[in-house]
Amino acid sequence: MSETMAAGGTRTLQIWRGDLTSGQLVDYTLETEPGMVVLDAVLEIQRSQAPDLAVRWNCKAAKCGSCSAEVNGKPRLMCKTRLDHLPADEPITVEPMRAFPIIQDLVTDVSWNYEVNKKIIPFTPREDLPEGDYLIDQADTDRMSEFRKCIECFMCQDVCHILRDQRMHNKYYGPRFMVRLASLDMHPLDGIDRIDQIADEAGIGLCNITKCCTEVCPEGIHITDNAIIPLKERVVDARHDPILKIFKRNNTRPGKKKPEASA
Amino acid sequence: MAIEHHDFDVLVLGSGGSGLRAAVAAAEAGAKTGLVCKSLLGKAHTVMAEGGLAASLGNVDPRDNWETHFQDTMFGGKYLNNWRMAELHAKEAPDRARELEHWGAVFDRTPDRKMSQRAFGGHTYKRLVHIGDRTGLEMIRTMQDKAVHSDIDIFMETTITRLIKDGDRVVGCFGYRRASGEQISFSSKALVVATGGSGRIYKITSNSQDCTGDGYALAYEAGAELVDMEFIQFHPTGMVYPPGVAGLLVTEAVRGEGGILRNALGERFMEKYDPKRMELSTRDVVARSIYTEVKEGRGTPHGGAYLDVSHLDSDYVRRKLPSMYDQFLELAGVDITKEPMQVGPTCHYFMGGIKVDPDTGETRVPGLYATGEASGGMNGANRLGGNSLGDLLVFGRRAGIGAAADANKLSAVALPAEELTAAQGEVDTYLNGSGTENPFQMHKDLQKIMGDGAGIFRDKEGLTEAISLLESLESRVDKLKSPSPRLEYNPGWQLCREVKNMLTVSLMIARGALMREESRGGHSRLDFTAYSDYWAENNIVVHSKGGYDMQLTPTPVFKRDELSELVEARKESEKAS
Ligand SMILES: Cc1cc2nc3c(=O)[nH]c(=O)nc-3n(C[C@H](O)[C@H](O)[C@H](O)COP(=O)(O)OP(=O)(O)OC[C@H]3O[C@@H](n4cnc5c(N)ncnc54)[C@H](O)[C@@H]3O)c2cc1C
Ligand code: SF4
Ligand code: SF4
Ligand code: FES
Repeated sequence: MSETMAAGGTRTLQIWRGDLTSGQLVDYTLETEPGMVVLDAVLEIQRSQAPDLAVRWNCKAAKCGSCSAEVNGKPRLMCKTRLDHLPADEPITVEPMRAFPIIQDLVTDVSWNYEVNKKIIPFTPREDLPEGDYLIDQADTDRMSEFRKCIECFMCQDVCHILRDQRMHNKYYGPRFMVRLASLDMHPLDGIDRIDQIADEAGIGLCNITKCCTEVCPEGIHITDNAIIPLKERVVDARHDPILKIFKRNNTRPGKKKPEASA
Repeated sequence: MAIEHHDFDVLVLGSGGSGLRAAVAAAEAGAKTGLVCKSLLGKAHTVMAEGGLAASLGNVDPRDNWETHFQDTMFGGKYLNNWRMAELHAKEAPDRARELEHWGAVFDRTPDRKMSQRAFGGHTYKRLVHIGDRTGLEMIRTMQDKAVHSDIDIFMETTITRLIKDGDRVVGCFGYRRASGEQISFSSKALVVATGGSGRIYKITSNSQDCTGDGYALAYEAGAELVDMEFIQFHPTGMVYPPGVAGLLVTEAVRGEGGILRNALGERFMEKYDPKRMELSTRDVVARSIYTEVKEGRGTPHGGAYLDVSHLDSDYVRRKLPSMYDQFLELAGVDITKEPMQVGPTCHYFMGGIKVDPDTGETRVPGLYATGEASGGMNGANRLGGNSLGDLLVFGRRAGIGAAADANKLSAVALPAEELTAAQGEVDTYLNGSGTENPFQMHKDLQKIMGDGAGIFRDKEGLTEAISLLESLESRVDKLKSPSPRLEYNPGWQLCREVKNMLTVSLMIARGALMREESRGGHSRLDFTAYSDYWAENNIVVHSKGGYDMQLTPTPVFKRDELSELVEARKESEKAS
């Protein structure tokens, strides 16, 4: 790889313009500079051709997860997608995420995700912890860290067919929050038994492991293999394991407590 | 027309590290607390912080203690820091780091399973608590979850355009919801400004879109004092290519891991500027060195210096610097394990800010508090890496407690109708007035003025020119108008007030820089290259005399007798070495 591939030149972007009621793709042609990302092009169009073009962004460094959109039909961070990595002989389409209601142009209403997050009990230390510094293995840290890399771009939510096509927002928390639940469940010092929530309200049973979410994650989180499948196994162990049922009336792991009903 | 209105004991502006910590503290103290931010929750600028949070836990090097951290901070700030703030920060950062862990944050570990700590420029011992190169994200996510479950009302994507006073006291603020354009007002017994810095006044910056100095300008307009505004940290290593990503940060850890700087002739030029510390010299020195090499014609094809890690084992590079590896491969098409990076200085951090009481975060305006990068004093003339994240937690908490204590003493406040009408009039004018000035164009003009005249190197001629150009923007700012009258998520409308704020901030910087006739930390004068004895003892404090007319007052550094011994000891040991 070298900078010779950093072509500039004239490009056409077809950007979706509209609101909740209606909208269409609108063509914009601009001179691009070498190495431009899609967000640069969109902001240049905003500056010079369409000053009311709505787009959400903040860090422009692929770290905040604000600028998610569907570029050539695939969810991507606009600030991390180079124009010259997209086919040169056809227009580039830029559309809002389809799993969420549109506010304006490329900006969608992602507030549902924040509502879901509120339902997840935050980290709560086990009651049997000794006084003093928390002691945690690096191996546990590495395992949780994969999940905690999540920048909440919500692109996995966007592609998950349960949300996107079946619109079952009231039955399934979506892959982002499976990742969150997994990070809490795997925290060695967390004192909450989260199995009921994972199985029932969060609806993990609805996931049929298509792995579409994993494919789009800009952080490379193995959402399906490392978060969802282990959680599914935990649910099976806790709920259906006949041997456990005989020996333990309550299948809660040591140190973990069922959440209080009000929580 | 009636608008949406909310009442709080404590209202916090900003959901970066400092704002979240302040809101949590205020709610814990029993205040009815609200939090307002321009972006979505969890997206604030803090989310980008990489290297870590400085706290003298002594987990890795047991010799560490608060006294040494205090001394390092004072030395880094060239002794212009507010002594009390540097003291509180050094003393309390360890507890704040542990507390984060108790709230669920996950940091890298030592072999004996405690929080690990890494070395960073200017810190005597290994001191930075971290998780890979995404410490800011960990901090934000942890406190975001804490806040969400702390009975705090959160208003996302809501832009505050004015603080509202009743007589001498700040009693609330006004703004609009970005998604709908609907106006909104808040009354608050105490208000905490945690709006971060103002990097967007420069074209080349590592700062996020939100960083337009709103809090500095709003507090200035409300009568607060600001301090040290001439001190701006230019991080030595930002990307210079491709143009779209120019300014994007290349973490100091690259040099920490053994990265070497060379000019276009292949010379390891830091030998000339700081042969002892070389690439790991302080940020101001490295930034000036790169700038000088480029200016004197020894720059790389894209106008920077080469930063090279290709001599290191390629697996090691990928493991230790994963996001840098990705960033260059993805954005610049450069494989850093094989080829050098091209880097140059980028505007990174504002040492200055709103002047506050160290213990409570209170400003000189009753009811108004400030914290985080929006406040000034803690870092003096130059900030050490890792000292911002600690600052956010220590002083965010203190401001939240201070504001809640104040609010708990007060009965309800109300917004004077005429103040509210004036605030409404302003945002209406940007949308529907008869103005002709385009905010996108004016932002570009302002960035050029600041880059040309008040950038990394300054002199009398350039600053005088910059000030007169900025003054010529004052009248144009009143004619700013959004190119589109749409209410919903209108970027031009948003930028109008931001440009006005950035103009106020730019004037403070340029005027302060002209007054300070010396070079120190993040302020380098080509015509006064040495330290001055007078300025060694004085901060510049600025407040409004009405509009853009400013009073700048040299003010003696805030000292404490009980810390003199530590400071003197450090100065002595420096002289000796
Ligand atoms: C790439 C990068 C790496 C860094 N790494 C480190 C590091 O390793 N260690 C370290 O100590 N420091 C680091 N820093 C510096 C540190 O991240 C910042 O100084 C710090 O995050 C500032 O936090 P804050 O809480 O003051 O404000 P911010 O995080 O900037 O948050 C400001 C908030 O105010 C809101 N706001 C602004 N204006 C308004 C308005 N008008 N109305 C409503 N809301 C408003 C914004 O929406 C936002 O929520 C780094 C900085 C960058 C850019
Ligand atoms: S693997 Fe499961 S969560 Fe992921 S997209 Fe498929 S159904 Fe949705
Ligand atoms: S898991 Fe990945 S795709 Fe999903 S929100 Fe987080 S970062 Fe985005
Ligand atoms: S703008 Fe932050 S991820 Fe793209």
